[in-house]
Amino acid sequence: MKAINRRQAFALGGGFVMLTLMPMAADAEVTGDAAKWIEKFTGGKQPVKGKISLDLPEIAENGNTVPLSINIESPMTADSYVKDVMILADGNPNAGVATLSFTPLSGKAEASIRIRLATTQNVIAVAKMSDGSLFTEQKTVKVTIGGCGG
Amino acid sequence: MADKPRIKLPKEAAKGEVIQIKTLVSHVMESGQRKDAQGKTIPRKIINKFACEFNGKPVFSCALEPAISANPYIQFDARIDEAGTFKFAWTDDDGSVITAEEKIALKA
Repeated sequence: MKAINRRQAFALGGGFVMLTLMPMAADAEVTGDAAKWIEKFTGGKQPVKGKISLDLPEIAENGNTVPLSINIESPMTADSYVKDVMILADGNPNAGVATLSFTPLSGKAEASIRIRLATTQNVIAVAKMSDGSLFTEQKTVKVTIGGCGG
Repeated sequence: MADKPRIKLPKEAAKGEVIQIKTLVSHVMESGQRKDAQGKTIPRKIINKFACEFNGKPVFSCALEPAISANPYIQFDARIDEAGTFKFAWTDDDGSVITAEEKIALKA
């Protein structure tokens, strides 16, 4: 095996730091502006993780248009359906991205939009069901070029 | 800017079928964060609300923030129980509304 040169050694070290930091970032509490948005949306109740699948690229080359797909497990009948889903980006100047409102006529609680992300950050989704239960999911997106001008 | 919105959905569906609807409307979605060459903030101008109804009943709607990309693309689903008309409406910050209609028939 070839001895590793200085550049590779740096890359290795960097990788290690990323590995150790990543899980912490993923489980970090939502703070700041995004937390206020969530509080307003949920009325102070704590949403639980699950039911939502949030589809975003891991690395977004252009923060101006980042495709986002969301799908929430629900029968979507008149008795049990997904009411509102709030999407937040905790690193944007304004944390709010969109609030989607479904009805039983939607058939599926599924939607796709394209969003702007200023920097590398967490995208958070909070879903409110017709029975009042709350679910959440979040994903980290690395952004190469920010999408908010400035 | 006055381009017609683009909407894609099947012409007919079986009763009870869930169809996918794709919409795209041309709009700058100026975030209110950017500055012009003189350093003045360019005022915010976005589509802040989108709504879709079928035969007068709400199907899907969403409130949009400046974090939505220019030319907002929105894709969602709808369950078809009867033939009818979809109505789409995009509401601008300045109060103007872009509207569109699409008909759908039931498969024989």
